[in-house]
Amino acid sequence: MKRFSLLLAPLLFAASAHAGEVSVAVAANFTAPMQKIAAEFEKDTGHKAQLAFGATGKFYAQIANGAPFEVLLAADDETPARLEREQLAAPGTRFTYAIGRLVLWSARDGYVDGRGEVLKKADFKHLAVANPKTAPYGAAAVEALQKLGLLETVQLRFVQGENIAQTYQFVATGNAELGFVALSQVHKDGKLTAGSGWVVPASLHAPIRQDALTLARGRHNPAAGALLAYLKGDKARSIIKSFGYEL
Amino acid sequence: MAAAELAAVWLTLKLAGIVTALLLVIGTPIAWWLARTRSRLKGVIGAVVALPLVLPPTVLGFYLLVAMGPNGPIGGLTQSLGLGTLPFTFAGLVIASVFYSLPFVVQPLQNAFEAIGERPLEVAATLRASPWDTFWSVAVPLARPGFISGAILGFAHTVGEFGVVLMIGGNIPEKTRVVSVLIYDHVEAMEYTQAHVLAGGMVAFSFVVLLALYTFNPQHLGGRRG
Repeated sequence: MKRFSLLLAPLLFAASAHAGEVSVAVAANFTAPMQKIAAEFEKDTGHKAQLAFGATGKFYAQIANGAPFEVLLAADDETPARLEREQLAAPGTRFTYAIGRLVLWSARDGYVDGRGEVLKKADFKHLAVANPKTAPYGAAAVEALQKLGLLETVQLRFVQGENIAQTYQFVATGNAELGFVALSQVHKDGKLTAGSGWVVPASLHAPIRQDALTLARGRHNPAAGALLAYLKGDKARSIIKSFGYEL
Repeated sequence: MAAAELAAVWLTLKLAGIVTALLLVIGTPIAWWLARTRSRLKGVIGAVVALPLVLPPTVLGFYLLVAMGPNGPIGGLTQSLGLGTLPFTFAGLVIASVFYSLPFVVQPLQNAFEAIGERPLEVAATLRASPWDTFWSVAVPLARPGFISGAILGFAHTVGEFGVVLMIGGNIPEKTRVVSVLIYDHVEAMEYTQAHVLAGGMVAFSFVVLLALYTFNPQHLGGRRG
């Protein structure tokens, strides 16, 4: 069935198309894969996806106040559920498009060992974490530290990024020696793109389910439905996996 | 107000106070030089001082983050002096804010100094006042409205600073979490009630500051004379 839809989907879209446009709010951690998926989406369907990247909480505030987004790819599953409850979304379109993985990462080679022992040594000054109140990856990092019994000792060295992109920036510029970022930011095709890291075992935190849905404004836009369908297709899924997400 | 809010308000006022004092010390000689010089460098220095007026704070913040980081030139200097690096520290915020608010202090001062004209200074010189004496006894008192405008604008602008602090602050309570960042946090976390308290306070504060400026110092508003 999957294969069938993969083969047929482009044809169906091509048939239905005058090519449309869809405006998409994308969680910061999904920036790189979504750029790639959007390019393929346009190639295969003719529809153009206008992407805006940012923090999910900010998107919520903007959507609740009339922002013209038609599709949301959130960093969590709570925000989409809330949008659904508040009738700001098209009902029944919500699904999990990716499950995020957390990585303890440093821009320096060899700084983070394969088991995260560096956290116990604690010879760093700054540990970058996304704001746990607003960013799912931040909340997952705090939960993992709690389970490891290390939260108390390292908490004083927290520097918070407002979203996961800024957290990455703190570490990438070397201002923080290490930090918890999304695996998708530092991982491609099965290995780290730079520096050193420890992929935090999924057992240490609740799964970071990232849900997508069509927003109220996109209800009658065929390009919005087409994009969600495309995200469920094999091509998109293999791109998503190649960035270190699970499905 | 909760403890987090009070800490942020206090931190913001402390930051703005220190930055304003530093800016008056640094900005006065720059403004004096810009007002008096015939050097060809005047245009260059004037433009550099005015850059933060037109640059997005994120540009300034990003470059400060890179420059003050362990691999940047400022970071290299502070590390070799044994001071560590500046991002995520209060001192780092102070330095960034001095850059960011510099034109808001220099420009009113420069305009005030220019408005004095040559004559009072020449008169002072014929009365054998030294340049130093002339500056303190003639220029500074005559430029008083410029000092008031500069101080008020520098203070208010630092209180309202957001992008730069967000980029280099790291949101650390009592060190770098200023009011504007905390408001942003509350909005992101959908805590709109707490956001309203601080945001409303910010609007009221800014209005009062500008009202004071308009009321007591109308001719020097924004550093321009009508």
